[in-house]
Amino acid sequence: MKQVTLPELGEGIESANVTFWYFKEGDTVKEKDDLVELATDKAAFNLPSPCSGKLAKILHQEGDTVKVGEVLANIEETG
Amino acid sequence: MAFKLFDLGLADFQSAWDFQKKIFLQVKQKELFSALILCQHKPVITLGRKSKRENILTEETELERSNIKTYQIERGGDVTYHGPGQLCIYPIANLAYFKRDINWFLRSLEATLLEVLFDFGIKAEAIPGLTGIWVNSTQTNVGVESKQEKIASIGIAIRNWITFHGASLNIKRDDLANFSLIRPCGLDIIMTSMEDVLGKEVRINRVKETLKRRWYETSNFARTG
Repeated sequence: MKQVTLPELGEGIESANVTFWYFKEGDTVKEKDDLVELATDKAAFNLPSPCSGKLAKILHQEGDTVKVGEVLANIEETG
Repeated sequence: MAFKLFDLGLADFQSAWDFQKKIFLQVKQKELFSALILCQHKPVITLGRKSKRENILTEETELERSNIKTYQIERGGDVTYHGPGQLCIYPIANLAYFKRDINWFLRSLEATLLEVLFDFGIKAEAIPGLTGIWVNSTQTNVGVESKQEKIASIGIAIRNWITFHGASLNIKRDDLANFSLIRPCGLDIIMTSMEDVLGKEVRINRVKETLKRRWYETSNFARTG
């Protein structure tokens, strides 16, 4: 199981809000597919999937505030 | 290595948006190092990811009558207006070559705009926590209570650490009236323009030339090493 965490976004940025997920739980994703879009006050950005597999669990829904380092989702690796 | 410059002139929003995406792909595929797109738009309202519909204060039918289209786009921030009296600055910057830091990019963009305004004799400032560029209204209205007015707005998107969308700088006075169609950035703020602050005509081409000079000579984007 691979965890998708919110990476460091820049100095002074501690959190971001989930705008939407490109996939739903159970979907198959490929490495580098855009998984989720998040936004800080003035910037919107995407997180790519770190591996190919099944999006097993989404831990933060649309609208949630996520702290840097927090886990957003778990992916069951394939291959 | 420098930003490739594209000056689109007066461009409708959709075609400039498509162009941004095309250039974004070229930067992503490393065919281009990074790019700087400059343009003006015909009147248009754009909604960012943070936008609430109620921040558009005008009925859709009325906007249609005025031929003002509304676009929901992928940048951060709330609602804004663009018109031909503004200069839109869209850096397609690959932050992998600079610093993978959203705040570094926003602050560098603000710093460049402050330098451009300084060159025109406008003392503006960036206010921590309120992205964008502000001027103190006492510069224009002697005797009134000191208030911050917004002269430039910023809203960006980042994919794979490559930026798109960017900033819009209010230059011409005539355009400002259309900001009353919306609640800019979802805040009750007063917008101003370079012409309002200076009390004289400002030519968009002169602003472009100053911006280009600052971008390529003194900004954080001029340094790639």
